[in-house]
Amino acid sequence: MLRALGADARPVRRPEELTEIDGLVIPGGESTVIDKLSRAFGVAEPLKAAIAGGLPVYGTCAGLILLADTVRDSIQGQQSFGGLDVVVRRNAFGTQLDSFETDLDIPELGADPVHAVFIRAPIVEEVGPAARPLAELEDGRVVAVEQGNLLGTSFHPEVTGDTRFHEYFLRKLG
Amino acid sequence: MRAGTSARTRLIGDTDVTDTTGNAGGSSFGTSRVKRGLAEMLKGGVIMDVVTADQARIAEDAGAVAVMALERVPADIRAQGGVARMSDPDLIEQIIASVSIPVMAKARIGHFVEAQVLQALGVDYVDESEVLSPADYVNHIDKWDFTVPFVCGATNLGEALRRLTEGAAMIRSKGEAGTGDVSEATKHIRTIKGEIAALGAKSADELYVAAKELQAPYDLVVEVARTGHLPVVLFTAGGVATPADAALMMQLGADGVFVGSGIFKSGDPAKRAAAIVRATTFYDDPAVIADASRGLGEAMVGINVSDLPAPHRLATRGW
Repeated sequence: MLRALGADARPVRRPEELTEIDGLVIPGGESTVIDKLSRAFGVAEPLKAAIAGGLPVYGTCAGLILLADTVRDSIQGQQSFGGLDVVVRRNAFGTQLDSFETDLDIPELGADPVHAVFIRAPIVEEVGPAARPLAELEDGRVVAVEQGNLLGTSFHPEVTGDTRFHEYFLRKLG
Repeated sequence: MRAGTSARTRLIGDTDVTDTTGNAGGSSFGTSRVKRGLAEMLKGGVIMDVVTADQARIAEDAGAVAVMALERVPADIRAQGGVARMSDPDLIEQIIASVSIPVMAKARIGHFVEAQVLQALGVDYVDESEVLSPADYVNHIDKWDFTVPFVCGATNLGEALRRLTEGAAMIRSKGEAGTGDVSEATKHIRTIKGEIAALGAKSADELYVAAKELQAPYDLVVEVARTGHLPVVLFTAGGVATPADAALMMQLGADGVFVGSGIFKSGDPAKRAAAIVRATTFYDDPAVIADASRGLGEAMVGINVSDLPAPHRLATRGW
């Protein structure tokens, strides 16, 4: 999707690859695994420093969990990179049977609703003063947040092909 | 009426179809996008067979992206013989309660009631699996009928496309489970990849015959020919026992790896599980694979597939 938008996208698995990028997307996946591997391969600490230094990062689903300062329902010993002043609950909706898709109104991205797919998704339960909610479900639960160069969504724009969130993020890279 | 809701909009290929089944307050559950989406999130990862809650926790700690709950690992099913069935619901519930990663469980081929039970238990994915004794030697489960997504095995492209037509949301090449011999897994992933590449080289008029030969819907065959890949995630399974085996599967083009008996039939399961996860992530980096392969203790002893009499081969189950 980033390539389709004209960005030079490349995978990041090693610490030295972090120095070659202007921004980072942490996609969906299993947050516990991303956390463990990023620490085992020495990516976690340099990434935390880069986030503190203003690196633009967009996290979807598991990526949102990893950007949250506080994670609820994490497994023992699970850590996050942090940066977003929010409290996020993992698997907040339940099992795969509770996964769903729905339309969200997000004025920042234009008048057309964003069709969002939630897969064993997290929820933002508390938004601290530094962060700003971008999207809510009909019942008011927050599913997208922004804080400076950081962006996080509970859902997966990469699954539906709606490019607006990624375009919004790429504008942070200047 | 069988489990699930009324006939669901059937999205076999990539075509975007608005699915309003299960619509509650503008939200849709159990859509193809939601089912296939979970498999997308497992890409690049390792799914491990576990038979107890303790094993499930070891798998989660080692970095598994999901666990497969079953009563006996394939190596034991092979050794002990008898009819292999869906696991005890108590065991599945214990495993669901013990981990936070997705839990899959196996139903017999064609046994749609076992699948209904697994859905009722709240598993995240059902594997309609040749590792268990088939319940129907003609029909597979109508997987469109369910909210829970299904993964199915395939030895070739035609089999994979037929399973997609029945509603599978994820495909795994079969390999020969419970052997520790990776040769069949290699054959099946190469076959599927090779047949997809061959489709791409065909002209439009040849695709009609290709669809007939693959015994798969024409539109789906055309789509695979055009895109060069299945419309779902393709994992591999059956006989993976070492970090290098897992990396081999990834270099052959698998999106991820199922490891069955290879972990908990080995000398040091926790260490081997973590090593296989590392080798799967860094599948293209021999230095990391070498490092992951050190000091793992005994690998599972294994059986050479060529020594297995044909009736004992599991991969031939499913059609």
